[in-house]
Amino acid sequence: MKPFMYVRAHSVDEAAAAHAGRSTSRYLGGGTNLVDLMKLGVESPRTLVDVTALPLDAVEELRDGSVRVGATVRNSDLAAHPLVRERYPVLSQALLAGASGQLRNMATTGGNLLQRTRCPYFQYLGKPCNKREPGTGCGARDGVHRDHAVLGQSPHCIATHPSDMAVALAALDAEVELYGPGGRRTVPAAEFHRLPGDRPDLDTEIRHGELITGVVLPPETAGLPSAYRKARDPRLVRVRARVRGRGPGRRGLRRTRGADRIRRSGAPALARAAGRAGAGGRRADR
Amino acid sequence: MGTEAFQSVVPLTVNGRSCRVTVDHRSTLLDVLRERLGLTGAKKGCDHGQCGACTVLVDGRRANSCLLLAVAQEGRDVTTIEGLRAADGEGTHPLQRAFVERDAFQCGYCTPGQICSAVGAIAEAEAGHPSHVTDPQTPAGSAVELAGDEIRERLSGNLCRCGAYPHIVEAVEDVTR
Ligand SMILES: Cc1cc2nc3c(=O)[nH]c(=O)nc-3n(C[C@H](O)[C@H](O)[C@H](O)COP(=O)(O)OP(=O)(O)OC[C@H]3O[C@@H](n4cnc5c(N)ncnc54)[C@H](O)[C@@H]3O)c2cc1C
Ligand code: FES
Ligand code: FES
Repeated sequence: MKPFMYVRAHSVDEAAAAHAGRSTSRYLGGGTNLVDLMKLGVESPRTLVDVTALPLDAVEELRDGSVRVGATVRNSDLAAHPLVRERYPVLSQALLAGASGQLRNMATTGGNLLQRTRCPYFQYLGKPCNKREPGTGCGARDGVHRDHAVLGQSPHCIATHPSDMAVALAALDAEVELYGPGGRRTVPAAEFHRLPGDRPDLDTEIRHGELITGVVLPPETAGLPSAYRKARDPRLVRVRARVRGRGPGRRGLRRTRGADRIRRSGAPALARAAGRAGAGGRRADR
Repeated sequence: MGTEAFQSVVPLTVNGRSCRVTVDHRSTLLDVLRERLGLTGAKKGCDHGQCGACTVLVDGRRANSCLLLAVAQEGRDVTTIEGLRAADGEGTHPLQRAFVERDAFQCGYCTPGQICSAVGAIAEAEAGHPSHVTDPQTPAGSAVELAGDEIRERLSGNLCRCGAYPHIVEAVEDVTR
């Protein structure tokens, strides 16, 4: 690991100023992905700006009935929060389907959205990877890729995004709040993650130096019956369904594809639904 | 740039004792505990958050110390297996005794992490934190009873190469029943 400077920011402006939009600066949330990637040499920042002391650690109801989740709320606290469990059960269940109790105690909402792929070619410097080093090729395409994307992949990259939480946020029509040199803006969670296309190095719509300040869950999807099912190997597909409307004729059944590799009979229907929903590929990690 | 830009003095409380350690920013809490403070109870298994052998309690919550940068733990209260005590402050923690009584290990490498993880898991369940196997209909905030599958799920971040899992679950059940 290369030596780096460490700054703990106490306000959003202080964080943005310390980061200064430098290509070598990184925000530090729980560190469960970033520190891991630094050990592997995939990330080697010169400056880490710790955002965990920012006043962004609340889950609160806003006047319009939406629920705002601060960027530094830990995954375990979010999954346990009464507003989330009662109104957005799919979000609580998605969080609890991922990682481990220890990791969820550390992981933050912002960091979860920006975690990188767990594709082994991305994580291993000895192999080519267009996501890690554009132009070097995709090692997975002709390599070991049982866990990789079927839907939404491109000739340049077949990696999936591993966030379970992001699948639930997309289904709930959540918005991601960003703050950066250009001011504040919001991006729908369903559009936040990009398909790889010819720029697999760009996972999301975030601009360099921008900070995630929070996620807003809208009143429209509060209280809808929803659930999260994570199918693990051998089917390697994650699908989340939310039923809109109550009673017979439930129109607008909505599924968010969590991923990836659909190889069993019965799967084509899921694949079609997933294709319609058009979210980025994600894969189960454990 | 001098090396001082890449290191910091970090005040910490470890097992009830305050200390100040000068750390290279690259050091993890696990390395500081083991190599600087001589607390070798927490183990390094994978060093990537996958095995749980390095689990300690930070401000009472369980965490993988191999992924925590020591510099980011300023002012935190860290408890390792060496610092666990019975409620009255005397003698070993009930989980430590239960692990011995149930023979819940073979080589013992994963044990400090298993016990710290179980201490954290019990507190989470008491505080009403659900797990993947908790019935979603359980009212938010009410304590979750820890037995069988709840224990297996909540301790799934702690691997045991020796496969002592059945006895680990029994040891935790002895304490939660
Ligand atoms: C063994 C293991 C198993 C896992 N299994 C799963 C799983 O099954 N499902 C799943 O969904 N996830 C899984 N994860 C991933 C885990 O959920 C993520 O590592 C975690 O959510 C990242 O959050 P963090 O706060 O630790 O992020 P960090 O590691 O701190 O940061 C991740 C990225 O986000 C950036 N960042 C952090 N906060 C902000 C912010 N506020 N604004 C802008 N940028 C920011 C950082 O610069 C970095 O690039 C697993 C991880 C491990 C180690
Ligand atoms: S050593 Fe930390 S989880 Fe394995
Ligand atoms: S007792 Fe040997 S690894 Fe668990």
